[in-house]
Order: sequence, then structure tokens, then C-alpha cells
Amino acid sequence: MIEARRLTKRYGSTLAVDDLSFDVLPGRVTGFLGPNGAGKSTTMRMVLGLDRPTSGTVTVLGRPFGEHHRPLHEIGAVLESRSVHGGRSAYNHLLCLAQSNGIAERRVHDVLELVGLSDVAGRRARAFSLGMSQRLGLAAALLGDPAVVLCDEPVNGLDPEGIRWIRTTLRALAAEGRTVFVSSHLMSEMALMADHVIVVGRGRLLADASMADLLASGARSFALVRTPDATRLAAVLHKAGATTSAHADGGLEVVGLPCDRIGDLAAEHGLRVHELTPRQASLEAAFLELTHDSVDFRVEEAS
Amino acid sequence: MTARLSPEMCAAAPPTTVGFGNVLRSEWTKLRSLRSTCWSAAFVVLATVGLGIFMGARWAHQSGPIPPGFDATNTSLSGTYIAQLIVGALGVLTITSEYATGMIRATFSAVPQRRTLLAAKAVVLALGTLVVAEAVCFVAFVSCQALLANKGVGVSLGDPGALRSVVGAGLYLTAAALLGFGLGAAIRHPAGGLSAFFGLLFAPSAIVDLLPTDWRNDLINYMPANAGSQIFTTDNVNGALGPWAGLGVFCLYAAAALVVGFVLTAVRDA
Repeated sequence: MIEARRLTKRYGSTLAVDDLSFDVLPGRVTGFLGPNGAGKSTTMRMVLGLDRPTSGTVTVLGRPFGEHHRPLHEIGAVLESRSVHGGRSAYNHLLCLAQSNGIAERRVHDVLELVGLSDVAGRRARAFSLGMSQRLGLAAALLGDPAVVLCDEPVNGLDPEGIRWIRTTLRALAAEGRTVFVSSHLMSEMALMADHVIVVGRGRLLADASMADLLASGARSFALVRTPDATRLAAVLHKAGATTSAHADGGLEVVGLPCDRIGDLAAEHGLRVHELTPRQASLEAAFLELTHDSVDFRVEEAS
Repeated sequence: MTARLSPEMCAAAPPTTVGFGNVLRSEWTKLRSLRSTCWSAAFVVLATVGLGIFMGARWAHQSGPIPPGFDATNTSLSGTYIAQLIVGALGVLTITSEYATGMIRATFSAVPQRRTLLAAKAVVLALGTLVVAEAVCFVAFVSCQALLANKGVGVSLGDPGALRSVVGAGLYLTAAALLGFGLGAAIRHPAGGLSAFFGLLFAPSAIVDLLPTDWRNDLINYMPANAGSQIFTTDNVNGALGPWAGLGVFCLYAAAALVVGFVLTAVRDA
């Protein structure tokens, strides 16, 4: 459980995180979405006590991170940039972290096996590929069997195999009842991984909703209706509270009524319907819509 | 491969209270598991013992008479001047390499009590340096004196100031490592920390030398390297600080660097 309350971080004149409040609940994967520079990493660093909030608070399991005396047992973190001394072997890297929290050496072997790095445990970390580094990061995060797991951009730069591994691992951790908080700017990946999403742009909270709700609420969700009686059906639907417009490929875009209601209304008025399809916004579209005004650098589309 | 997260795999050992001892053990693992530490130790041995033997042989083969005021003890500890650069650099890199590699984020995520962490690092660095430094200074002294004995100018640990110099040289090197560590903690960047350390050892004397003579003669004795080296000199120059006072002044520089490093580390974003 992570609770952020009015969290704000200012770097000089830049407001990186602006009055952000949210809860991350256990038992599900919560995605933390936003364009680059939206304040995701800064927020995660404040969760971990690496950066101090300008104002507001964030707690992990009810306490600020700095007040945990054996934090590896409470929260494990995989940070975006490598946080490993390249000259140290994977084994010694995990060992020194384990020792600092009084975790038995036996557990180092366990987590190495868990992430599939047992065979390269003696190799120095600088020789690791990006995928192996992410596995090592996750091994470190799991050392203390924490209730909260935090990952900053875990799939960045990974190959499909690595991405799938991260996804299944994080989903399995959430299924065990842990709080899993994952940031990403890759919408497609979040759609597969997260149950709940928190969307930020320019440091502000834009959405805090379940994945299903976010998809459904996207303004581009509509029903596509093909009918020879378009004008009459449109009038009926307007009366029922829907808005209609012409779809690019022909047919009618209906917003504001579910497909079953549209079908029923058409039948009641004896109107013919050749096609009735729910068109759901992709998370990508919903995300772009949400963050449209909050992207720092955007390529203007050629007109 | 797919993730295997059976409950047995995730069951950690029962948590024990994290205390200073745990952090000390962790920092010792960190220090010993880097090759650079082993190289540093090897170079300290080579510089101190090697130069001690070289200087012994050099004076033993001196054709003319040994000049009056020849400091046999200080000569045998000549390697200290080189070893101080190695242990100081080790002190700087002990902390700055964590920032440079990003390891510091993992470190602070495991031990958010930053002053406790720095204290553990400092203790491990100081103890490690002290043990190696005392051993090599003793070996350098004994082997150099054995060579000087051929010329009849060798001294023993029982001679005035000899034991104090040998033990003191090890203490001086330990303080030098801590000075580097404090500067590294304050500056965070390896290159910046190393520059500051070398600068603090060499630049003050050079600058003070430019001052009017009577100011210079007063101030020069308080410059870090000048003050600290009194502890392994038996033929103390007139007007210079005494051996322990000199070491004390050097330790004050190290303490000041440590205080600045601790304060900045505690208040800054990592």
C-alpha cells in the first residue's frame, strides 16, 4: 500500500510533480503512466525517500520510507537507471544488500534462482545485458520478500522475451497479494500488465481508474451502426440521449448508448440495422487524449 | 523462462532488527568485493615497503659520509608520501563510485538512514586502512633499518620517536583515507573528489609559499600535509608543530571534511 497526499516536487522553477494524490492498493498491478518528463520517476524517487518532497507526503505501509528500519522487507524497488556497481559480482551485489537488512545469505541463492541468474552469479555486473540487469534488479527487490514492489520503466529496452518475463513475474507477485506499482510510457505494455492505472502529465494527476474504466471512458469509444435508415435512426437515438456523427468509412458513430440499447431502439421503431459494432478506444488512444495538453515536446502534425 | 514464484521461494528468513552491525557487515562485503580495493592494498604495500627497502639500499650504498641530521626513521617511511595518495583516492572512490554507478540508489533504498550508512562506510574504510597501513609501515621500517645498519645509521623501535613515527604513519594514512572519504561524500563525483583531495594536500603549501615570509612561516605549519607529516618525522624542524599536534591538525581537516560530507549527504536528494 502506497499513499501519496498532495505530493509536490519543485526543481528550481520546474514543477516536476504537482499536488499529486493517489493510493496504490495491494493485490493488483497498478500502472503509472505518463509521457516522458511527466514526473513518474521523480514520484517513485520520493516514494523511496531518495528525493525529498517540496510539500506533501508519501507513505509506504503507513510510514514514510525513511522511517522503515529494514525497508527491504517492506518495499523492493527496481529503478530505471542501473543501480549496480559494475565491478561487483551479481552475488556480492545481492549479498551486501541482504546483509544490510539482516537477511540470510541463503536468500541470495534463492532470489538468484528465482530470476534465473544462478549460473552467472559470479560474473561482474558490468558484463550483464540489459535483460540480465533487469533480472538482477528484480532479484534485489525480492530479497526481503516485500509486500510492496516498485518498478520504474522495467521493460525499457528489453527484448520480447524479457518483456514477457517481467510481465508474468509482476502479475504473479500481484496475484500473491503484493502491491505492485509499475511505471511506463508504453501504453500497449500497460494494457497487458496493469489492472489499475494512474495517469500523470506535467506532474499532475490526469486519471486514476481501473484499466477497464479508462478504456470505456475514452471519448473514442462508440458504436458503429450501418443502416439504410440513418436519418430516422439518428433521430431516435438523439431522443434517447445519444450523439451521432458520420463515421469516416460511412455509417453512424453513436456515442452515449450501449450497443444493446441501440439494437433494441432500432427494433422498436422497425428500423433496419446491417451492422452494429462496439468500437473501443485503445488504451493508447485514451492515453493520448488524456495527455494531449500535457506533453512537453510534441511534433506538430503537418497540415 | 517463466517466473516461478512458489511460496517457498518467496519466504524470506525471519527478519532480524537492522542495526549498525548489519550495515557494517554489508559495507565490509562491498569494500572487499571490488578489485580496486585489492589493487589499492597491493599498491600501498608496494609503495611503502618497496620504497622503504629502496631508500635503505640507496643510503647503504652512499659513497660519502651520511649527512648530519639524517632522519633514519623518516627515511624508512618515505613510502607514506605515496601511500597517502592511494588511500586518499580509495576513500574518495569508496563513496563516489556508488554515485557514479547508481549503486547509491540501491544502497539508500536498503538503508534510508544515511548518516548511519556513511558512518558504517567510514568505520570499515578506517579499520581496513589502519590494519594494512600499520603492517606495511612496520615492515618498511624494519627492512629499511636492516639495510641502514650496514652503514651504522640504522635505528630500532626503541630509539626516540621511532615507535611513535611508525605507529603514527599508519594513523596518518588512516586519517588521509577519511579525509578523502569526507571530500567524496561532499562532492559525489569521482573526478571532483580526487581533485579536491590532491588539491588539499598539495595546493595550500604552494599558495602559502607565495605569502610574505613571516606569514608564510607561521601558516605553512598548519597546512594539511605539512602538519600531518610531523608524526613520522623524528628530526622536527624548529618552529614546526609537534608530532601529535601536527597529526591533530591533520585530523581536524579530515573531521571537517567528514562533517560537511555527512551534512550534505543527509539533506541532499540522492
